[in-house]
Amino acid sequence: MSTQILMPALSPTMEEGKLAKWLVKEGDAVKSGDILAEIETDKATMEFEAVDEGRIGKLLVPEGTEGVKVNAPIAELIQEGGEASPAAASSAKAPRAETKAQAKGETETRKANGHAAPGTPAAGPALAEPSVPEGTEMVTMTVREALRDAMAEEMRRDDTVFLMGEEVAQYQGAYKVSQGLLDEFGERRVIDTPITEHGFAGLGVGAAFGGLKPIVEFMTWNFAMQAIDQIVNSAAKTRYMSGGQMHCPIVFRGPNGPAARVAAQHSQDYSSWYAHVPGLKVISPYFAADAKGLLKAAIRDENPVIFLENEIVYGRSFPVPKLDDFVLPIGKARVIRQGKHVTLVSHSICIGLILEAAEALAKEGIEAELIDLRTLRPLDTQTVVESVKKTNRLVTVEQGWPICSIGSEIAAQVVDQAFDYLDAPPAKVAGKDVPMPYAANLEKLALPSVEDVIEAAKAVCYRP
Amino acid sequence: MSEPKMAVVAGVNNAGPTPSPAQLKRFYSDMLLIRRFEERAGQLYGMGLIGGFCHLYIGQEAVVVGMQAAIEPRDQVITAYRDHGHMLACGMDPKGVMSELTGRSSGYSKGKGGSMHMFSAEKQFYGGHGIVGAQVPLGTGLAFANRYKNNGAVTLTYLGDGAANQGQVYESFNMAKLWNLPVIYIIENNQYAMGTSVSRSSAEPRFCKRGESFNIPGEEVDGMDVEAVYGAGSKAVEWCRGGNGPIILEMKTYRYRGHSMSDPAKYRTREEVQSVRERRDPIEHFGQRLVARGIIKEDELKAIDKEIRLTVNMAAEFAIESPEPDVSELTTDVFA
Repeated sequence: MSTQILMPALSPTMEEGKLAKWLVKEGDAVKSGDILAEIETDKATMEFEAVDEGRIGKLLVPEGTEGVKVNAPIAELIQEGGEASPAAASSAKAPRAETKAQAKGETETRKANGHAAPGTPAAGPALAEPSVPEGTEMVTMTVREALRDAMAEEMRRDDTVFLMGEEVAQYQGAYKVSQGLLDEFGERRVIDTPITEHGFAGLGVGAAFGGLKPIVEFMTWNFAMQAIDQIVNSAAKTRYMSGGQMHCPIVFRGPNGPAARVAAQHSQDYSSWYAHVPGLKVISPYFAADAKGLLKAAIRDENPVIFLENEIVYGRSFPVPKLDDFVLPIGKARVIRQGKHVTLVSHSICIGLILEAAEALAKEGIEAELIDLRTLRPLDTQTVVESVKKTNRLVTVEQGWPICSIGSEIAAQVVDQAFDYLDAPPAKVAGKDVPMPYAANLEKLALPSVEDVIEAAKAVCYRP
Repeated sequence: MSEPKMAVVAGVNNAGPTPSPAQLKRFYSDMLLIRRFEERAGQLYGMGLIGGFCHLYIGQEAVVVGMQAAIEPRDQVITAYRDHGHMLACGMDPKGVMSELTGRSSGYSKGKGGSMHMFSAEKQFYGGHGIVGAQVPLGTGLAFANRYKNNGAVTLTYLGDGAANQGQVYESFNMAKLWNLPVIYIIENNQYAMGTSVSRSSAEPRFCKRGESFNIPGEEVDGMDVEAVYGAGSKAVEWCRGGNGPIILEMKTYRYRGHSMSDPAKYRTREEVQSVRERRDPIEHFGQRLVARGIIKEDELKAIDKEIRLTVNMAAEFAIESPEPDVSELTTDVFA
């Protein structure tokens, strides 16, 4: 009787991984708890244990194989005598709702709740950035690498820049964003903190008052709620309260928004929370080039900057201009696809949704203009208003809760500045007004989908 | 490896460097400036010229004056919202402080900070913070920056007995010791966190011991005796500058006025306050001690008082006559 051992999912967002090393060979007897293999995800190398007793049959995937999909059979387990248990050899046998269509040649991870990520950005031409000279060589890299490079470049440039946070140094980053920085810059400048968000956020602000330029990483923004008093009351307000005497050049950064299947306390989008606060700048990029150029700008900025990343987007790859010093202006949205029928405005991971929706809408004759806000404060309403004046229709798309959301603000601004141009009430696609559920089907329902975007776009176009 | 402990001795004037007669006179006049300034601020509050919250420092003057004398100009100071005394001790101009209290353009924050939020980059005074305990991580961060820059500066981080029960204080203690940061945590134990006495709020009422779990030594100091504060402060500064990491000084002190101007202080008796004033007043008793030691004469004390009253009057007049900030200031200083 033989069962299959399946490639395990070793993190909430893992879609595939590298089978780094087999620690058993064909014919070996194994029992529950024995280590079978080392699996490398984009975040870490982990050991994978046997669940059941038996003998290793055929090894189906040779060691060193990259891109092994979660749930793909990697070996056979021969179980002598006993009947095969239904949940046989893998802890990762939970049903996964989505299909596995993966864009060719793309290293992008797919969103676990069922929306295919866009393939190679359909926004090819729109990726043109005014500040990038024509003919600049583009290199493909992940958002994760782009963020790391931005920090490394700024740390090389300015000795007062340092990185602190949980697991940023020796562990190489909980999400591997700070990989390699400890080796290059040493423990004076890449600092592991205790698990003490309120404390180290405040300590970072004090260090900024004292003349340094801290980058404070929150393992995720969910944990920054412990620190929000220091961010709002100390970082954002002190310049004003001191009549301009005190300076607080600090970057708070980390992954924001839902990951996958981590439930209510770990799945929250803080975009509108921080965008509400005068004295803060808030950046929320999607593309790797924006992540790099805007993080460099954030580190150089003399003000406190909230830099909202996205765990699922970390592994997506995009072209980044190969320039010695690529810095983008904070506060500028970008039209990433031109269209004339409806304006779709979004930021962060939902850019993936609107890119996909635009493709589908185009097939039905609706040309959507896509705007990536990139910065949420100061909000570039001018770019949005100009687009709406052309398309006369607006749909905002975000993962955050719908009440007092980024979309709420954009709708208000557009109504205020372009009311006479609107041919339909602005539509808002957002997360559902509930704490994030754990169950896969409910989680999917709680988040905006490509279908939601398409439906909203058609609705404002009065199309069936 | 066990950490060398500084002695924890209550109410003892631990010998530090001996202050010169000129320094002792200076202690007296600095404390008196704070006393007279605060009395005047209370009066202006009563007249409606100062608004909002106004927390007076009367009774606690020896703490900031003794500590300030123990540090150098490069060292930094940060505290919470009972901050007028700290600013005057730092050498900030009484006119600028009083003008901020009255919300005028000539105030240290152009009238935009008020009593609780004042700063002086020039005098290394980093506020003036309104959230109880929030200044403690901030002060720890200033010390972090000093160590990063290896500039030898020490940070005085003041907090009250109330703040000493905030969680972020202990997060700061942990990191300060972990990274051996040059920071002196000065716990001004004035016995009351607003209206709640130490015995009603604190499982361990001896705040000098609050660093023990983090291997941070602590010392209890008679905060009503400026010489004791100076002695303990000088030793603590030496400890920090010597690369030994943080240290805690618990200053046993007392505030005569309510928590803020709007506090009727029903939680203690008039007799209690009166008794402290008579037995332990940091200015009155220190003045008499200097006279007894032959360092100063009675009429000199009077002359100092007269001069200080003049300074405070001028500050008050300036603060009343200065214009409010221009309306254009509403939207400045939000971003660099």
